[in-house]
Order: sequence, then structure tokens, then C-alpha cells
Amino acid sequence: MKHVIETKEVAGQSPNWMLARLDDLVNWARANSLWPMPFGTACCAIEFMATAASRFDFARFGMERQAFSPRQADVLICAGRLPFKLAPVIRRVYDQMPQPKWVISMGACASTGGIFDNYAMVQGIDTIVPVDVYVPGCPPRPEGLLYGILLLHKKIKGESLIQRGLRDEHPLDDTGLRLPPEQIDEVSEPFGNSVHQFRSA
Amino acid sequence: MNPTIDGLRATFGTAIGRAAVARDGETVVHVRAERLRDVMQWLRDTPGERYDYLVDVTAVEYRDPERPLEVVYFLRALERRSDLRVKVELDAREELVVDSVVPLWAGANWLEREVFDMFGITFRGHPDLRRILMWETYAEGHPLRKDFPLRGRFSRAEQVHQALAANPEAHYSMEELSLAEAYQELPADMRERLRKGERGKIPHSE
Repeated sequence: MKHVIETKEVAGQSPNWMLARLDDLVNWARANSLWPMPFGTACCAIEFMATAASRFDFARFGMERQAFSPRQADVLICAGRLPFKLAPVIRRVYDQMPQPKWVISMGACASTGGIFDNYAMVQGIDTIVPVDVYVPGCPPRPEGLLYGILLLHKKIKGESLIQRGLRDEHPLDDTGLRLPPEQIDEVSEPFGNSVHQFRSA
Repeated sequence: MNPTIDGLRATFGTAIGRAAVARDGETVVHVRAERLRDVMQWLRDTPGERYDYLVDVTAVEYRDPERPLEVVYFLRALERRSDLRVKVELDAREELVVDSVVPLWAGANWLEREVFDMFGITFRGHPDLRRILMWETYAEGHPLRKDFPLRGRFSRAEQVHQALAANPEAHYSMEELSLAEAYQELPADMRERLRKGERGKIPHSE
């Protein structure tokens, strides 16, 4: 706490006074009381549960309460691969979350499609919702997810209330897409083991 | 070799094609598509056969384009603990149609929907033949066919666009999950429990 809020004794005043930047106070409160909304679709969700359980216990970092309703959550954790059939669902869950909200993409499949470079799988949930932290791994160990959560804390503590537009909602527009189509095609290009597969007519 | 084959040949003659024992010891028998419904009815109802459980329905398309597609039925006689695999060949150059076995085994309903979704094989007489794994407005074709590219036919942007345009409520509607229509067919004790409100208010139940 000492690093976040600088206290200062004002000469002649009671030492009970504390001065702090409002940003620091708000961000300190936000970062340390995140309510995660688990969106578990695959094996990453098992590691997520391990992270939540007693041995790793992310309640230590303020995530005491998991919100199984998007309307009372502020971090969406997508743990696992996302098929196209679930794309409108995660988008709706994200839209229902109130601001401020953040998204953690947990694991290779949520972040890039992973080994599932096929007709059924979203190639990275950032083509559907904005992502703040990508946690690599297949699946990531609980330590990995905890590290991602701490990175998110760091990111939150760098935000400022006067940043205009930071907390604006960006609903899908007339194109029905979050990103320009060229960008989606680009981030969805094959890589790794799948470079020898081609899209045929 | 499963002794059922002799009975099948004696009853249906040339409608029964080749039969063989697969590596796992199960007998596979080929049946002409026109007689499939009769053969299945016979297998289910004949005393001494009684294949009363349809384990799975699936299909196979081989890499050789000359080879026909196969629809495979996995049957089990629960009392006799006997298994039988029935195959029907469909020429890929013609219309892919085969008779539905839902009138014989109600459990074939979703299995045949899956085969329709993945292979585009139509089941004549199916009560509700629509996609089951892919969403109903999916327009790229039937993913398990050999001519279907692994990544699908559309660009990734178009796939994302169509996926986001889909209405999730259309697939998981409360009407679909509701027990209302099946209420009268439920066992009496379950009806009684539902009537007492175990699953909430069931419409049209009174």
C-alpha cells in the first residue's frame, strides 16, 4: 500500500491526514477487488478452478467473489477455446458487463485459436471482444494465470480517470464486426504447424 | 461371424451385400439402401434377434472419390449382449438420401441430425431434420465431407461476421428445453413430481 498511496504529514496538522491522488485511490480499490466472470469452455477452465481453489487461491489478490452473472462482474476470463457458435454468446456476456471492465484471454486457444485452426474455431477472442491480458500456455499453470492477473493489476493502476473514452462502450456497428475485416483475416492467418494447410475453393 | 447374417440372407436375399468380421470381432454387414427400413425392422422385432438398442449412427467418406459414402448403424441386442454393424452405401454422385430409422429407434433423431449436419445426407421421414452441431444459418456446407476445406469456405472475417450475426437464443430457446410438449408421455411418477413444481411451472400440464 505504501507504494501506491503516498502519505505526507502536513506541518502543524494532525498526523491523521493523508493526501493521495484520486487516480491512485480509485485504481488501488479497483485492482484489489476484481470480480471475475469465468467463461470456461475447455481444459483451461480446470486450471482456472485450481487457481480459484485453496492451494493457489486468487482470493489473495482480491478476487474473493466470482461473479457468475456478467452484470456483476468486471473481469471476463475466457478460459478455453471459443467456437464460432459461442462467439455471439461471449460478445453478449461482454456487452452486459458494466464499466469498468477488463478481459483476460487464458491459454493458447482463446488467444490465437491454438491447435484448432479449423472451420469451427474463433482464431483469437480479440476478434470478438477487446483483450487486456493474454496468458500463454496450453493450458497455463495456475501460476501463469496469477501472473496474468497481477499484470492486469499493473495495467489498472496505470489508468487515469481523466482519460477520455477509456471507459466508453464500443458496441458492434453496422459492419457487425469489432475490427476491420482485413485485420481479422490477418490475425487469423495460419502459423506454426498449420502453415502447410491451404484454403481451397 | 454373427449368426444373424444367415437369418438376414434367408429373409432378404440379394438386399444383403457382403458381410465381414471387423478387427474388433464385430460383424459388419452391407445392406441395399432401398431395403434398409425393412431390414432394421426385422433386426429389431424378430424373436431371437431383438437388436433393441441403436448405439450410434455415423457416416464415412473415403479419400478415394470413386468409393461410395457409407452410413453406419451400430446395433446392440441388450439381452443377448450381441453387437452388429449395418452399413448402407450411397453413391456420392447421386442424391444422398436414405430412409430414417427414427420410427424404429427414437434415439436416432439427434444421431441422424448430426450425420445430416456433417455429411449432408438426407434422412427420408425424419421428423425434424435440421443442423444440430453447426448453427442453423450456417452456409458453408457440410464440414466432414472430403471436399470441405479444413478452415471452411469463407474468409475468417466473414466467418466472424456470420457467427456474431447469429442469435444465440434461436438455438437454446426455452421452448426447446421445455418439457411441455412431452409432458403426457412422461412416466406417472415424474409427471407427479413435475406437477408439484419440482422444475417450476410447466405450461399446459393441467
